[in-house]
Amino acid sequence: MKPADILDQNHELSLREFPYIIRWRDDRCTRCGRCTTVCPVNAIEAAPHVHRRVYSEGGSPDPKATREIVHVVRQVTDIERYCTGCGTCTLVCPNEAIEPELNPQNKFLTYKNLGGAPYRRGGRRNDPSPSTVDQLKFTRISMLTDPALDAGRHEFRIRTLLGRNLPPEALPLKRRGDRLVVGKTIGAKPMGQAAVTDHSTLAGEGFIPPVREIYPIRIGSMSIGALSPHMWEGLAMGVAYLNEVEGMPVVMCTGEGGMPPRLLKSRFAKYFILQIASGYFGWDEIIHAIPEMTEDPAAIEIKYGQGAKPGDGGLLMAYKVLKLIAQIRGVPEFVDLASPPTHQTKYSIEEAVAKMIQSMSMAWGFRVPVYPKISGTKTAMAVLNNLARNPYAGALCIDGEDGGTGAAYNVSMDKMGHPIASNIRDCYLDLVAQGKQNELPLIAAGGMGKTGNLAANAAAMIMLGASAVDMGKHIMQAAAWCFGDEYNRCNLCNTGRCPRGITTQDPKLYRRLDPDVVAQRVVDVFKSADVELRKIFAPLGRSTELPIGMSDALGVADESIAERLKISYVC
Amino acid sequence: MCRLSAITSSEYFSPMENVMALNTMKEGHDGSGLGLVLRDLGGVFAGLKQYPILSGICSHDGLELLDAFMSGEGFREVHFWQPDIDDTATEPETGRRDHYFAKAYEYPTGWKNRSQTDRDDLLLSTRLALRELGEESESIFVFSFYPDTLTLKEVGDPLELGQFFRLDDGSLEAKIVLAQGRQNTNYDIYLYACHPFFLQGYCTMTNGENTAFVPIMEFLTGRGFPGYMGYNSDSEVFAHILHYTQRQLGYPLTYYKDVITPLAEKEIDNRKDAAALRLIRRSLRPLCIDGPNCIIGFTPDGSVFMTQDAKKLRPGIVGGVAGKYALMSEECGVDEAVPKRDKTEDFSPMKYDMAIISPGAKEMKKWSQLTP
Repeated sequence: MKPADILDQNHELSLREFPYIIRWRDDRCTRCGRCTTVCPVNAIEAAPHVHRRVYSEGGSPDPKATREIVHVVRQVTDIERYCTGCGTCTLVCPNEAIEPELNPQNKFLTYKNLGGAPYRRGGRRNDPSPSTVDQLKFTRISMLTDPALDAGRHEFRIRTLLGRNLPPEALPLKRRGDRLVVGKTIGAKPMGQAAVTDHSTLAGEGFIPPVREIYPIRIGSMSIGALSPHMWEGLAMGVAYLNEVEGMPVVMCTGEGGMPPRLLKSRFAKYFILQIASGYFGWDEIIHAIPEMTEDPAAIEIKYGQGAKPGDGGLLMAYKVLKLIAQIRGVPEFVDLASPPTHQTKYSIEEAVAKMIQSMSMAWGFRVPVYPKISGTKTAMAVLNNLARNPYAGALCIDGEDGGTGAAYNVSMDKMGHPIASNIRDCYLDLVAQGKQNELPLIAAGGMGKTGNLAANAAAMIMLGASAVDMGKHIMQAAAWCFGDEYNRCNLCNTGRCPRGITTQDPKLYRRLDPDVVAQRVVDVFKSADVELRKIFAPLGRSTELPIGMSDALGVADESIAERLKISYVC
Repeated sequence: MCRLSAITSSEYFSPMENVMALNTMKEGHDGSGLGLVLRDLGGVFAGLKQYPILSGICSHDGLELLDAFMSGEGFREVHFWQPDIDDTATEPETGRRDHYFAKAYEYPTGWKNRSQTDRDDLLLSTRLALRELGEESESIFVFSFYPDTLTLKEVGDPLELGQFFRLDDGSLEAKIVLAQGRQNTNYDIYLYACHPFFLQGYCTMTNGENTAFVPIMEFLTGRGFPGYMGYNSDSEVFAHILHYTQRQLGYPLTYYKDVITPLAEKEIDNRKDAAALRLIRRSLRPLCIDGPNCIIGFTPDGSVFMTQDAKKLRPGIVGGVAGKYALMSEECGVDEAVPKRDKTEDFSPMKYDMAIISPGAKEMKKWSQLTP
């Protein structure tokens, strides 16, 4: 008999406190050991149990009791090794013997602070309820008075513009007879053409800002470093295929951390938006590569904030900084790479930020759109209005609270940030009031495709006033089978132990992910979204230009949302 | 569906010709209204070309208000025209109004020698002030205030209204007449929603719904031009886009088509003005329409045109002889207006086309966006 003070186990957690409880079936398990091997957090382990077995042999009852050592799969009750519910064990089990089950009564957050360290994770806001964007419907159906278009027959141009559009009144056009001609030198000449020697026309009077015609759904910023080499390569290959084979000008953003110099100098560079963030990681290599670049990048994104963790900086853990990452970022191997919460030199939007936009523009001869990305915030309109007055600002990207991240404090992800719908709508209507809604494109990010409705979310945001949308988490789920969801499933991106091989630098893990298959899935996702966008736009009677701000097409069965977004209330 | 009837001629003609043409197309419209805009006026207005003409409808009280306002603004009335209403004819559906009128005014002191642009803006602000004065009480409706231009609108069957107004009595004649045979029956009937729409010498009428109405309206109202208002009909934006591209931006007429139905990137490459077109397409992106729309309009120089959206299209045909052309929704309308013509020369503008009748109805130009 053991002493009572050990028996009561008063300071241990019970399984009921854990977010996921492993359901293991003794009768099906073959004890192959695959589940315990693949579990990324060692939440389960093989354990010996002593079973008392009563049996009887012979013609008459003759019960005998024996004790046997039985091997079982046991879930541990160590909070540091909590089951994340990823389900990798289920995936590899040959006999359907094991499965994590969500425990809605869990008190996980109450206890996940050992050593005074708050819970950190990857993923996005753990809120499975439908977002505002997901509640919007398309209610203006063309019929009889206005025959609908045919999604399969009519010509559709699902494209958008990235970059600053001049107001029509400022276009340098001259009338020559019954034709219009461009009256002044266009400052921004495409790469490969004769260099502009008269620098007074570069960004002075008559300057025509660079504008890209792109697909309105983009792959948002996810860095090489946060993503595994196979994941990043798969995305890049998919994007290149969409552009060069499917004729869809899809672009993706590098995230902070640069991109492989060989790719930077290749013809594929034009499909990438280079991001510069507060750590400036990767930019030494980029700047040095500029003279050898044969194509301009699609754009430059200056990251000032991120929807998933507003006001928080980035951190690439030391164990992710392998040789390739270190080379691209221009840092030593195996050191923590922390990006500060803000750009340390950017103290004012009128001055320092404007200068940064101009500096980045100048680096590519004013041929590349440069725009900032901020996290969704009540102060977005203040940023917007400063950008609206800055002729070199190419767009404003706003990342809403449903955006994802590779690593953040749980409290930042769950409780910080601003929903994207009203943020974009307010900004758009502010631009409308100034007559500038076509000059400064708004890009909406955060939660696009959160419930799988990528095209519908994109179309709704466009009709609220966005020119384009970014997706991150959705493409990880759709193209690489990311387990993460809004029930805090998996969300191990920050640990480098991603069981799918998406957010890890461990070759043993990322070799699970085939870049070719990821690329194929990227193509699938965009092609199917394209069909769905046509299926949305055609009944609305729109096809030639993107229906940006076509708010009369939207309805919502919630009066307060309708009033706030200035759209129809329908029921 | 609406039916449109436009005639342009080198000689003065009665607007009843448009009404008769509308009547031949009666199967295609519901006879719910008539809108008329007359340009280059003859009849009793032949000698009043230098005076701006205020056209509208008002109640007895409204007329007093209007006269007091105009007098206060310094406008001196030089001619007051009212239709010689046929009391035996069928009355309009909404009942006979107190006053249908067109008043010619002398510019206020000091404005005679100002530029036409300045005077146009004065006329516009005056019209908008009158609209505001009488809109809530519906005591004053003013449709146009511009030299050599007259507008008449009412609810009812076009032919009955033509007889009610005695449009064939010779007092009203013009060289360009746009007529539309329907009130805006998709919504509440309202006189300000009735085509054609006129703004500072630019006028259009349209057949069809405009699915891009809200983004276009928001773009136009953001231009800061006071005349871009109203929008009781989604078709009013077509007149304002014409005004904006022609008067405000100074584009040649054919660019109206390039703005509302921009070419695809590859198609632009074939145009000599590709660089300009590309910039226009970007900067005027919100003005792109998706139809279905047939648009007929005129510009201050006397050009009359017809064009279509690029996908759905609505019926539209242009035919005639040198000196008289008809731009109609249906061929029977052209037959009524210009029966003796070479029908093989009739033209129905399609996806890329614009039919432009030169000033004085001299000739028809068939212009295509694909022309290099």
